[in-house]
Amino acid sequence: MTACDDCLRRAQLLRILAPRIAELSTPRARGARMLLALPDIELVYTVAGSRAAEVQAQLEAFDPRAMREEVVRAHLAATCRHDAAYPERLLQLPDPPAALFMRGDPALLTGVSEEPAVAIVGARRASTYALEVAQELGRGLAVSGVTVVSGLALGVDGAAHRGALSGNGRALAVLGSGADVPYPRSHRELYARVARTGLILSELPPGAGARRWAFPARNRIMAALAEMVVVVEAREASGTLITAEFAAGLQCQVGAVPGRITSAGTAGSNRLLVDGAKPILGVGDVLDALYGVGARPEPPPLRVALDPIGRAVLDAVEAGDSPLDACVHPVKDVRAALGRLEVLGLVRRDGLGGYERTGLRCEPA
Amino acid sequence: MLASMATFAIEGVDSREVTVEVDVRQGLPVFNVVGLPDAAVREARERVRAALLNSELEFPQKRITANLAPADVRKAGPSFDLALAGALLAASDQIPTNELGRCALVGELSLSGALRPVRGAVAMAAGARAAGFERLIVPVENALEASLVGGIEVQGVPDLRSLVELVNGRWTPEPVTEMSAVDAEPVRSLDFCDVRGQSDAKRALEIAAAGGHNVLMVGPPGSGKTMLARRLPGILPPPSFDEALEITRIHSVAGIASGSLIRQRPFRAPHHTISPSGLIGGGSIPRPGEITLAHRGVLFLDELAEFSRVALEALRQPLEGGGVEITRGQRSLSLPAAAMLVGACNPCPCGKPRDNCACDQVARTRYQQRLSGPLLDRIDLICQLEPARPGELISADALERSAAIRERVVAAREGQRARLDGTTATCNAEMDAPLTRVHVRMSARVRARMLEGHATTGMSARGHDRVLRLARTIADLDGRDSVRASDVDEALSYRMSSAWRAAA
Ligand SMILES: Nc1ncnc2c1ncn2[C@@H]1O[C@H](COP(=O)(O)OP(=O)(O)OP(=O)(O)O)[C@@H](O)[C@H]1O
Ligand SMILES: [Mg+2]
Repeated sequence: MTACDDCLRRAQLLRILAPRIAELSTPRARGARMLLALPDIELVYTVAGSRAAEVQAQLEAFDPRAMREEVVRAHLAATCRHDAAYPERLLQLPDPPAALFMRGDPALLTGVSEEPAVAIVGARRASTYALEVAQELGRGLAVSGVTVVSGLALGVDGAAHRGALSGNGRALAVLGSGADVPYPRSHRELYARVARTGLILSELPPGAGARRWAFPARNRIMAALAEMVVVVEAREASGTLITAEFAAGLQCQVGAVPGRITSAGTAGSNRLLVDGAKPILGVGDVLDALYGVGARPEPPPLRVALDPIGRAVLDAVEAGDSPLDACVHPVKDVRAALGRLEVLGLVRRDGLGGYERTGLRCEPA
Repeated sequence: MLASMATFAIEGVDSREVTVEVDVRQGLPVFNVVGLPDAAVREARERVRAALLNSELEFPQKRITANLAPADVRKAGPSFDLALAGALLAASDQIPTNELGRCALVGELSLSGALRPVRGAVAMAAGARAAGFERLIVPVENALEASLVGGIEVQGVPDLRSLVELVNGRWTPEPVTEMSAVDAEPVRSLDFCDVRGQSDAKRALEIAAAGGHNVLMVGPPGSGKTMLARRLPGILPPPSFDEALEITRIHSVAGIASGSLIRQRPFRAPHHTISPSGLIGGGSIPRPGEITLAHRGVLFLDELAEFSRVALEALRQPLEGGGVEITRGQRSLSLPAAAMLVGACNPCPCGKPRDNCACDQVARTRYQQRLSGPLLDRIDLICQLEPARPGELISADALERSAAIRERVVAAREGQRARLDGTTATCNAEMDAPLTRVHVRMSARVRARMLEGHATTGMSARGHDRVLRLARTIADLDGRDSVRASDVDEALSYRMSSAWRAAA
């Protein structure tokens, strides 16, 4: 996985121009989108104005090798639109990001071409209800093998990521800052968890701080990656709705979770429903939209060599018996087997200390 | 004439020196006590007067002023009587003054002049020794426990008359007899072999006892939770001498000591209606709570979900730090509270076995929310009980006896003692983060196992250390120095499920 010189230069240009773009962008930052669609030269002239020559000179002095080293130092990887690892879905954008920087498991990025990804988005200041829904949707989708995309923001975004992580699933966060810059800072721990098992993605070069215009820009990436955008809770005229707007212009479905009709906090998401978005009353509705009503994908079986005790314990859980009761083996061995099976994702606890089987199949390695 | 005498006041589970000054001079016969005395201390005047007269001693018909210094410490209870009487006797020339200079006096007087035992004699003896006194005179019933502290001569006196004889060198008390070791063995009546089935809970309790870990038993009514918990003391290792002394000292302050060294770990099982201050201690004159009374032993909270949330929240800090901090006015006190928490509760409000449980998700969640999340995070083992099957109940098979389990527990603890020698921890559960790093050494394979566990269970840093400490204990029970991957697996399976923690 590599990024070519030209695309890295484009990233460098974004870095140079970032403060100016911020000044030029309208409050709702639609301006930034038009800007990002411009080729390098035009972008320089539109944004830098009288300082265009200066910027041009800076750009000519750009050393792609230095940026590659910078990427490595920041523990990131880079790809670009001329690279095989670049997801095709992003090319449907009128302004696809040139280079992408990431930390985590790059298979999540290539995976979006084969298996569906769903973006869960919503307000930062969300109701408890919305947080619960987002977390449950994130978990349910992750358990069903769907990649959960969100923006790591406070509120709904964070809840969706947490849900995906708790379901041992694939969590993909697209940032409005550099991929090595946890933003918001209070989500540092969440950032680390996503980076450990999922993927953090950004079109901005390493070290880029968060800027207002960058958020609608990253929303376009979320919408393009996802097969469906689910709006959990949004006010009218909010950033979340921009994502839904992008989605409507792409091969991406839009769903919304119904909210109280008397609350301003849910006016935007309810409006989407009126305009024809799919009502989402649960994980099932999302899965129906992705795979067809009632159809579900089969998760790939886990290939693992279980010892006889592990096998027996798994069978007991599968049969609905308490393994500690049903197995003739010493408790310590049954307990060790349970711990192992849970870590492998084959069983899970139902909250009362009891165990139940997950949907994951298991085949001998 | 003026005379003073040293005595000790209980403060938490420690004691503080108090000086009793008595001034006797010509004037109208009155007897005043100043220096923040409570009602019991003020009543000491009456007890001292009657005790003196009934002991054929003289009560001076003069102006008597007694002062308890320092004046800013609240003085409570009747334990100052003896020092007050002694100072009065010295001030009225009935006993030589210099004789009691290096000596402290503690004791309650009855009207007849006989001495009654006081609470907290162990703490007072420790305080007197620390303050440099050579001799402590106590009621004869307190002599044994006071002498446990060592390093100070303890004399037990039956009544006021004997005190006078003692000071005049006409009588010496019998030396305090060394206590016999008969009470070292735990109560034998409750044995694990009475509990049929429940092998998971038995194993969990064995691990908990071996490492001092907190444990929660979850199971339907009548499955044997209370029964198992009551048998836990029978498999706990005996306390070391220092621990036994700590226990005796606390129980002596609370007035529940036997008068000699307590050689069993305490098992406290407060009712679920207990108040927060009853649980962690408090009151205007701070008294130790149940968690302190359970120090070095077990605090058993049966029907955990029925305890008030405030009370459970109050337990969080003591469970983490092994101590309670109480602030009253300008003074703050710390009470020891290194107890092992054992909880029991039903899995859901209806309490029926899983197959015919009628509770919906909302009811379950609400029930689980009653247990405070951070408290659950401090539980190392959660185990499950299913109702014992008829076959198991009827079976005549002999089950393992407590004595056999205890042997393994004692062996495991001995290993920990040796390993943790010279640190503040006495068992695995008390290891802090740095000690855990040092003593739970992991091979690359085990480390990989922990990483995997992190990835799939999303445990907190606290959870991580708890799993390591638990794995350490599991290896100790097996007599191994190295922690194996299977130990980590087993430890992981006893953790609270993250789903439950999130719900709470
Ligand atoms: N596993 C068992 N083996 C033998 N006797 C048992 C067992 N379980 C329960 N019993 C019998 O049932 C009685 C009730 O058990 P216990 O009080 O321990 O139940 P519990 O789990 O604490 O129930 P609750 O949730 O109602 O408090 C015991 O005193 C004992 O006689
Ligand atoms: Mg009970």
